[in-house]
Amino acid sequence: MCPTRVSLSRENVKGDFVQLVNEISGQNVLNCYQCGRCSSGCPLTFAMRLLPNQVIRLVQLGLQEEALETNTIWVCASCLTCHARCPRGVDLAKVMEALRAIGLRPGTHDRIKPEDLPPETLAKLPQQALVSGLRKFTK
Amino acid sequence: MKRIGVFICHCGSNIAGTLDIDRIIETTKTFPGVVQAEDYKYLCSDPGQNLVQKMIEAHKLDAVVISACTPSLHEPTFRKAAEMVGMNPYQVEIANIREQCSWVHDDTPTATDKAIKMIRSIVEKVRLNESLEPITAPLTKKALVIGGGISGIQAALDIANSGYEVIVVEREPSIGGHMAQLSETFPTLDCSQCILTPKMVELNLHPKVTIHTYSEIESLGGYIGNFKVGIRKRAKSVDHVRCTSCGLCYEKCPVKRPSEFERGLAKRKAIYVPFPQAIPNKPVIDRENCLKFTKDACGNCEKVCPTTAVDFTQQDEIIEEEVGAIVVASGYDLYATAELREYGGGKVPDVVDGLQFERLLSASGPTQGEILRPSDGKVAKEVVFVQCAGSRDTERGKPYCSKICCMYTAKHAMLYKHKVHDGQAYIFYIDVRAGGKGYEEFYQRGVDEDGTVYLRGKVSRIFQDGDKVMVWGSDTLTGKKVEIAADMVVLAPATVPSVGTEDLARELKIQVDIDGFLSEVHPKLRPVESITTGFYLAGAGQAPKDIPEAVAQAGGAASKVVALFSGDLVHRDPMIVGVVEDTCSGCGVCVGVCPYSARELDTEKKKVKVVEVLCEGCGACGAACPTGSAQQKNLTDAQIISMVGASLGESSESPDSK
Repeated sequence: MCPTRVSLSRENVKGDFVQLVNEISGQNVLNCYQCGRCSSGCPLTFAMRLLPNQVIRLVQLGLQEEALETNTIWVCASCLTCHARCPRGVDLAKVMEALRAIGLRPGTHDRIKPEDLPPETLAKLPQQALVSGLRKFTK
Repeated sequence: MKRIGVFICHCGSNIAGTLDIDRIIETTKTFPGVVQAEDYKYLCSDPGQNLVQKMIEAHKLDAVVISACTPSLHEPTFRKAAEMVGMNPYQVEIANIREQCSWVHDDTPTATDKAIKMIRSIVEKVRLNESLEPITAPLTKKALVIGGGISGIQAALDIANSGYEVIVVEREPSIGGHMAQLSETFPTLDCSQCILTPKMVELNLHPKVTIHTYSEIESLGGYIGNFKVGIRKRAKSVDHVRCTSCGLCYEKCPVKRPSEFERGLAKRKAIYVPFPQAIPNKPVIDRENCLKFTKDACGNCEKVCPTTAVDFTQQDEIIEEEVGAIVVASGYDLYATAELREYGGGKVPDVVDGLQFERLLSASGPTQGEILRPSDGKVAKEVVFVQCAGSRDTERGKPYCSKICCMYTAKHAMLYKHKVHDGQAYIFYIDVRAGGKGYEEFYQRGVDEDGTVYLRGKVSRIFQDGDKVMVWGSDTLTGKKVEIAADMVVLAPATVPSVGTEDLARELKIQVDIDGFLSEVHPKLRPVESITTGFYLAGAGQAPKDIPEAVAQAGGAASKVVALFSGDLVHRDPMIVGVVEDTCSGCGVCVGVCPYSARELDTEKKKVKVVEVLCEGCGACGAACPTGSAQQKNLTDAQIISMVGASLGESSESPDSK
């Protein structure tokens, strides 16, 4: 399955990705001690390529590509069984949501900046459109 | 003929669930000499013991066979009960029909047959049992503690504070042991030397304590209460009475050798004090490397010494001491990293062991507490810790868990992060074993606050790659192979009994286990006593253990010594091997095989005599004696032969009737 060696360093284990996931989700993924209780209770693992705890593990190690390419983050239905049972208080549904958001947002830089928009456009823009736009087009 | 009573215990359903008690009772009653057979649900209970006592009195019994669990559990119980109603305790014997029968069989008819034969064989034995009295001997109320690490220090202090004299023998030039090398201690991170040195000082100043450093056990004779020990005080080549600890000698010494205390990370001189807080704080000369001894040159130290304390002519001195009890606190060492070939085999300079890392962390260490790698002195920014380096490896290393590594590595990673803020610590582990007060919380703190990254998997290979140390491992939680180009690797090698433990154990005639650790009598209920009476165990020489455990065990060992010293006599088991003088030919074979020097040849009478207090009843002489004159009390040849006969189902022939 994985013949290549993954190189670990300060850059990935303490890199932007872990911090970004933590920031968006409001969780601390490093709290997870990999007991596997989330995976053992998850009702949707039959459809997942990686177990929920494995996705958390990839995030802990800063392995962004691997974490984002798995279908697990999309299969998660946010039923919160995992969160209810997690002994370390990690809300996995929020972490999965954060990963989906990171996956959706193209690029790694903010595509729109409110301060760049002309005041007249801003004045006309519906609030909802502005919020949606920021959500989709900023990192 | 003796009137014998047999008692069968049901042990709830432990025995009665498998064996046919009624048939046992019925059959037992037919054995010659058996006048009474009774059964009871729990014979060891108070009513059970009362039943035995009542029957002894009612039927005027001479001997009793208790058919129950192993004698190592309740033999003392029933012997005491019998003694209370006037029976000699050595007329009580146990037939172990639980561990040796009901627990290991499930077929009731055949198991019952076996139990009947076992009981019959014990009935045969007890018929010929003599009434014995314990052997008593005087007692020297002075203790010897071997090893001056934290366990030895604690044991010595506890004994001395109870009012008894203690002699401490330490092999190294200073007391303190490995604890003196540690930087901080888990889980509180208090400085190791700060909590150790007050104890070292207390020991040194204690009026009841005599410390012999740079000394070893030369010889040991005697027995519990009455040991005679020879202590070799190695020549220090410095008169410690004259020496004022001024330090001029080691300033002027031109020789530089790897310092044992600094684990080779710094140099010491040939005349040296191992560390600044050493006790005694006076130097010794390492004669193997001193130019005066190797080339008859130099002599700087002698020239500069203002008090003429340096004495090249000093000789080893052997002193004799008499002690009543011995605490063995011989300590541990780390498994040699040279054995770990796939981890660099001790050849990659930036792969260090746990104790070396302690020295790097220590503010008084070779780098003043900076985490500089040994090869080029650069600050290590990526450090990989490898757990179970040689532990839990039945094939190439040690099968056991070394117990302390999980916690000290968690501590290492934490302290490292406190010193190198932008550094990263990785720990490869198989399981994290953080059992202990505050330990789990400590380990989690390392993850939460100091960002230690734990990787579940054993490292396969460590090698030099440019100026990095490449670590190949795996993270079994993701199923990925991982590699880390580290600046430095810290191994947590297996802990092993300290060098020389085996020789020491042989000299003391105490037992070690398959891994070389000192053996205790019972792993749960008598964990601080050696199998040989009079020896008590403390610290990591008995099994890997951390400081709180070592200190607790040392206190336990000390309390055993103090309990022994609270009496005026020692009592010894009388199950010794005597001499049948009529048949003894005085050949002396038994004298040579006796491991306890309990047998002597009386050259005038041409007979062997036994020093009863020395005999441990091991039976080596009995096996060696060509004339059958060395007979073990209550286990004579005649008894064994009739027991074998009974076991084989032969009809009993009373030797009395012959």
